[in-house]
Amino acid sequence: MKTKQLIGKVGMYVFLSLFLVVSIFPFYWMLIGSTNSSDKMFAFPPTLLPGGEFWTNLSNLDASVGIWRVLFNSLYVSGLYVVLALAVSTMAAYAFAKFEFRGRNVIFTIFILSMMIPYQATIIPLFQMMTDYGLLNSYFSLIAPQLCYPFAIFLMRQNFVAFPTELLEAARLDGAGEWRIFTSIVLPSMKPALAATSIFLFMYQWNNFMWPLVAIRTPEMYTFPVALSTLSGVSFTDYGQMMVGISIATIPIMIFFLALQKHFVSGMLGSAVK
Amino acid sequence: MNRSKPFPYLLIAPAVLLFAVFTAYPIVASLLLSFQKKVGATYEFVGLDNYVRLLNDSIFWQALENTFIIFIFQVPIMLFLAMCLASLLNSQLLKLKGFFRVSFFLPAVTSLVAYSLLFSIILQDNGILNTIVGVFGIGPIPWLSDPFWAKVSIIIAMIWRWTGYNMVLFLAALQNVPEEMYEAASIDGAGKIRQFFSITIPSLKPILLFAGILSTIGTLQLFDEPFNLTQGGPADSTMTLGLYIYENGFEYFDFSYGSAVAYVVVVLVAILSFIQFKFTGDKS
Repeated sequence: MKTKQLIGKVGMYVFLSLFLVVSIFPFYWMLIGSTNSSDKMFAFPPTLLPGGEFWTNLSNLDASVGIWRVLFNSLYVSGLYVVLALAVSTMAAYAFAKFEFRGRNVIFTIFILSMMIPYQATIIPLFQMMTDYGLLNSYFSLIAPQLCYPFAIFLMRQNFVAFPTELLEAARLDGAGEWRIFTSIVLPSMKPALAATSIFLFMYQWNNFMWPLVAIRTPEMYTFPVALSTLSGVSFTDYGQMMVGISIATIPIMIFFLALQKHFVSGMLGSAVK
Repeated sequence: MNRSKPFPYLLIAPAVLLFAVFTAYPIVASLLLSFQKKVGATYEFVGLDNYVRLLNDSIFWQALENTFIIFIFQVPIMLFLAMCLASLLNSQLLKLKGFFRVSFFLPAVTSLVAYSLLFSIILQDNGILNTIVGVFGIGPIPWLSDPFWAKVSIIIAMIWRWTGYNMVLFLAALQNVPEEMYEAASIDGAGKIRQFFSITIPSLKPILLFAGILSTIGTLQLFDEPFNLTQGGPADSTMTLGLYIYENGFEYFDFSYGSAVAYVVVVLVAILSFIQFKFTGDKS
């Protein structure tokens, strides 16, 4: 019995370690690639140590896509999106959680069901709409369409539901206005939920690809994913600069995740699990 | 609860307005568009013409087939792996749980474009993966240049990206399963594998449905990976419905036909989600 248990335990660690290597190795290869010249990645035997070509690759990348401008676009669009989308979804979620009003259940159900509709079913009319109003290739066109993000509303609502209604009643008896109750009593206690939802919204916009690919027509408006995808497909691909681009798109979010992983996981899960 | 006052309406107004303009209207508009055709500068109703055209479109059938092949292999393998990992990480014998959990989740924070490009480098004919499998006397495998292997590559990449994400979903659900159930099963003589199938999987049913539907929606819209990893090739072997919508809409600017393909995806998501609801038999 003892040996059987031991074998089981060893087997478990072997399996997990194998999976660990598979999970981590591409990231390691990304670092190797971004610090070596393109041909080193395909040399035999392969270079498995970081090299000194990072700055060369970075300046090549900048020459190809204007990386600082792209970085600014992505940060600006994602940052502004988080602030606005958070405001929209927090307000709606609070109403859905703590008020009874006509149409509440119908509207909430429609929001939730709309999450099942593939995004691609909306993209063509959105494109026509932006074209008609001359809004194509603008920050507005990147930010506006997803400002009402039902998953964020759902996430925030679960947290508001848990807020004690008696506290709201007490504040009303004291004569506090509804808006003041919302902003100075309810919201301050929602910081973890707000953090989780922000992370979620930020990742969504930072990684968004298909819509920016369609809506953005000129390189100086490119966001990160769009700029990265233009690097491949040409006759000669400089993999060193592509790896630097992949690193810049990946590492900040990774650090963000490692620093805030508790919020991150709960944000991702929402209350789907309860 | 507060009744019939304007405040809640003010709170939901921005969300409802934005939803109406940027979600509800486009959903309806693309449905209408799929029954129309551009004649000169205006659109005219042509009934089911676009859908009839789909039936005779070999690339569409190819895209449908590819999407299904990827769906049928990728989703079950990924969910099964995620369940195995989650039940191992839930085991009391294991040390370094937090470390494993975070490491397995890391792929899920990368952007779809970034990881697709990363895999396109790793999977080159003379890339690192072929060097590694070469050590074991295998290959070189034409990961991206052969129709069969190109699909395998997409499936592998997606499994890499999403397994940890689903594992975390399952792990959270497993934390609600009392440890005593496993202890009682042990005393009754049920082995670890038996316990996995008769305790772990049944208690994951609701979350399995959730993860299954999320993966279904995700896979049927598959776009970023084939666009960046294989460009739909070779010879349309990784053309997906998502990619075909993009090509029709934004390369040929045939909005009507693109909308028809998009609505095929909508219907498929609805059907597959319904089947999963039935299959897991969750009456709530």
